Amino acid sequence: MTERAPAGGWRTAVVREVAHPTPRSVVLRLEVPDRVDHLPGQHYVIRLTADDGYRAQRSYSLASPPSDPLLEFWIERLDDGEVSTFLADGVEPGDELDVRGPIGGWFVWDGAGPACGVAGGSGAVPLVSMLRHARDVGRTDLLRLAVSARTLADLPYPDELAAAGALFAVTREPHGERPAGRLTAAELTPLLVPDAPVYVCGSAAFAEGASDLLMAAGVPAERVRVERFGPSG
Amino acid sequence: MATRGFVGRRPAQRDPRLPPGQYDTGDDWPVLTAEVTPRLDPDRWTLTVDGLVGNEHTWSWADLHALPQSEYRGDIHCVTTWSKLDTRFGGVSVDLLLEAVEPKPEAAFVLATSTTGYTTNLPLAEITDGKAWIVWTHEGRPLPREHGGPVRLLVPRLYFWKSAKWVTRLTLMEHDKQGFWERNGYHDLGDPWLEQRYQGD
Repeated sequence: MTERAPAGGWRTAVVREVAHPTPRSVVLRLEVPDRVDHLPGQHYVIRLTADDGYRAQRSYSLASPPSDPLLEFWIERLDDGEVSTFLADGVEPGDELDVRGPIGGWFVWDGAGPACGVAGGSGAVPLVSMLRHARDVGRTDLLRLAVSARTLADLPYPDELAAAGALFAVTREPHGERPAGRLTAAELTPLLVPDAPVYVCGSAAFAEGASDLLMAAGVPAERVRVERFGPSG
Repeated sequence: MATRGFVGRRPAQRDPRLPPGQYDTGDDWPVLTAEVTPRLDPDRWTLTVDGLVGNEHTWSWADLHALPQSEYRGDIHCVTTWSKLDTRFGGVSVDLLLEAVEPKPEAAFVLATSTTGYTTNLPLAEITDGKAWIVWTHEGRPLPREHGGPVRLLVPRLYFWKSAKWVTRLTLMEHDKQGFWERNGYHDLGDPWLEQRYQGD
C-alpha cells in the first residue's frame, strides 16, 4: 500500500480553461500555485463559498498527469448536483476556486508496473490520468483499460481512450461491431495480467458488478482497488 | 474566499443536526469502500478483542446475539459530505465487550480490523460509554452487504470511515497506530462537528 503525505491545506486555484465536451459535462483546467505533485488516480476537493459563508464541497478525480502544468478535471453535470451544476454553468476563465489535494494513496498508479483499469462512466477520469502518465513515461504497454457507459456520450475522453486501445462496453447502443450490452468476464479476461493490480472506478453499482466479474475471472480480492462514486452531486 | 456567483441550494433553515459542510442525503445511503465487497458467512465470522486486555476474548455470531441487544437511533456522517439523519441500527454495545476483556489501564487507543484487512484507528474513549456498537441490523432489517453486512462497527459520533465494515478484531493499544484511510491522509480522530476530514484539520 502506497503511503502519501497529507495534502496540506486549502489553496486558491485560478480557472484557466473551461470546455464543455458534451452538454452534461465540463472540463476545468486550473492553475494552482505551489501545488503538491499528484499521482495518477488521486483526487482533489473543490469548495464553493457563498457571500454569507455557506459552503459546499465535492471530490473530483484528476484527469491530468503529474507533468501537466495545470490540473484538469472532467466533471459530470448532475441535474440535482449543487456543486457540479455551478461548476458546469457558472465558472469562467479567471475565476478563483478553493481546492485541496491531492488526496488518496490507495487508488493510485505510479507507472512502474503493469495494471488494468476498469471504469464505468465518469469513473474513467482517473484512468485517463493514468493513461496520460503512461504516455509521458513511454510505457503505454503497461496499462490495459476497459470502460463502460450507457452511451458513448456518457464517457469522458472517448477519443483519447479509443486511441489508446481501451475496450469499450456500451450498454444501450451498439459500438462498432459490438452489440449493446454490459461488460462480460470474457471481455475482461484478456486484459488481466497475473499479479498486477486492477483499478475499478465508477458508481457503487458498477463497482459491485465489475468486482463480481473480476472474482469470476479468478482475480484475488486483494489485487482489486476500488473507487466508488456516490450520488454526491 | 467567496466564489463568484455561487449562491448554493441551501434550505431556508439549515437542519441543526447537520455538521458543517455536510448535506442531508435523505433516503439514499451512498457506499464508500475501497475494496471488493466480501461475502461473509456469519457462521464462520468471529469478533476478537485483544491487545492490552486482561482477558482476550473471541465471540461467534451466536455468542454476540446471546448478549443483551441495544440500538442506536440518530445521525451518521460520511467524510464525502453526506449525512443520513434519524436512522436506526441494532446490535450490541461495545461497552459489553470491553467489560468482558478488562482493558488494561494503559490502553488508550484501538485499531479496528475488518475481514478484508481494512483498518481504522480510534481513541479508546471514543468507543466507550455508549458511543459505539457492533451492529447487524439497519432499520430493523439485516445490514446490507455493501454497507458492511452481516456485521460492522458503528461509531456514529465520528466520520463513518471509522465505523469499520465487516469488523473482526478490536485491538487495544497504548499508542495510536494509523489505519487504512488515516495513512492515506485522513484524520486520526475524524470529528464531523470539528470538520476533521484530513490530517492537519
